[in-house]
Amino acid sequence: MADLGEGGGGHAKKGPGVKKGKKLNTRVDMTPMVDLGFLLITFFIFTTTLAQPTAMKLFLPKDTDKPEDQNKAKASGALTLMLSKGRTVYYYEGILMTDGSNFKASNFSQIRQVLLDKIKSTDPKDLVIVIKPNTNSTFRDTVDMLDEMTINGVKRYALVDISEPEVMLINASEGGAAAPAPAAAAAAQ
Amino acid sequence: MSRPKIARKSTWVDMTAFCDMAFLLLSFFILTAKTKAPEAVSVLVPNSVSSKAAEDKDQVLVTITKDGKVFFSLSEEARRADLMEELNIQKQIGLTPADFALAKKKDFFGAPLNTIKSFLSLPPEQMKGDLLPGIPCVDSTNNELVTWVAAAVTIYRGEKMNLMVKGDNDVPYPIFKNVIDAFKKNDQLKFQVVTNQEPIPAGSALSKQRDKGIKQE
Repeated sequence: MADLGEGGGGHAKKGPGVKKGKKLNTRVDMTPMVDLGFLLITFFIFTTTLAQPTAMKLFLPKDTDKPEDQNKAKASGALTLMLSKGRTVYYYEGILMTDGSNFKASNFSQIRQVLLDKIKSTDPKDLVIVIKPNTNSTFRDTVDMLDEMTINGVKRYALVDISEPEVMLINASEGGAAAPAPAAAAAAQ
Repeated sequence: MSRPKIARKSTWVDMTAFCDMAFLLLSFFILTAKTKAPEAVSVLVPNSVSSKAAEDKDQVLVTITKDGKVFFSLSEEARRADLMEELNIQKQIGLTPADFALAKKKDFFGAPLNTIKSFLSLPPEQMKGDLLPGIPCVDSTNNELVTWVAAAVTIYRGEKMNLMVKGDNDVPYPIFKNVIDAFKKNDQLKFQVVTNQEPIPAGSALSKQRDKGIKQE
């Protein structure tokens, strides 16, 4: 920078007294550039690994019309989870009582405890979890619930269509109105 | 007695080589990284603990958007033309070889079969998820996805195809069920759900399994 002024002076004398040009050091300090390079590398590596989507495997059973081909589940080992809107989960153990007395409400943050209690109290070979997403639940709810099975190491679980009495019970509890007698609902089917 | 003089050495280190290497690595990573195509169909996928990376070869992907539209896509370009040919044979939709060539450039398909010809001639800037009708997949009587999956199964017979579902968080469950039904009708009982990885909750059965070194399928 210091030599800039000399060039612009206009009265540069040439001759015996010529000033020797100062030998400039051409070495450039590369350290900041290296820093920048590695910073960018780290940035790119981190961002690429995060964007990698993963895949959850799902195996479906084949639909059969013949009842003898269908998998049997022991009522004592069954836990039915019904997914509904607003991330609520309704559940009952075994068979739904006609008066709806074993029909309980929960949500996604508490359902793990319910599952763990069920796993603890049931013989592993009888345990089967039935997941019934209601029509007003979302894809996310279904995936989260299937994921919950993986997290808790449940080997037998099924994705089943929800039945009419169950929908009525959910509607009744969501509407805040008194639950209609499920026995009547079942009879009407 | 005087001490021997120690020559003063410069502490200057030549960083050029180091710098070269940093940028070489940087360019390597940038070039090898696959650029994510600007997605015409935007989908926010749910989280799961699954850590298995999604396959990207021979992908047969069904995308479900937030508003319940269903799109179908194949990862291999050559297969897209095959798929159109197969659909043409099965459904007699009057496609020409020129249409098959156009299909190769389509990242996804999202129109009812009777309008697929005009869909194929759409310019790329109109290939936007919200502008397109999507594949009808309403109920069991009007489920064209069954035809699409059947065609994909036919072109992939004898080979492995990776059937995948990529759905938005807010997709209503009945739509997802219709998609599953379309798979079931074609005896496609194994498929994968595209998700984002999330950490395994501490203390759960799965995390204990992982600690013991048992790999999850």
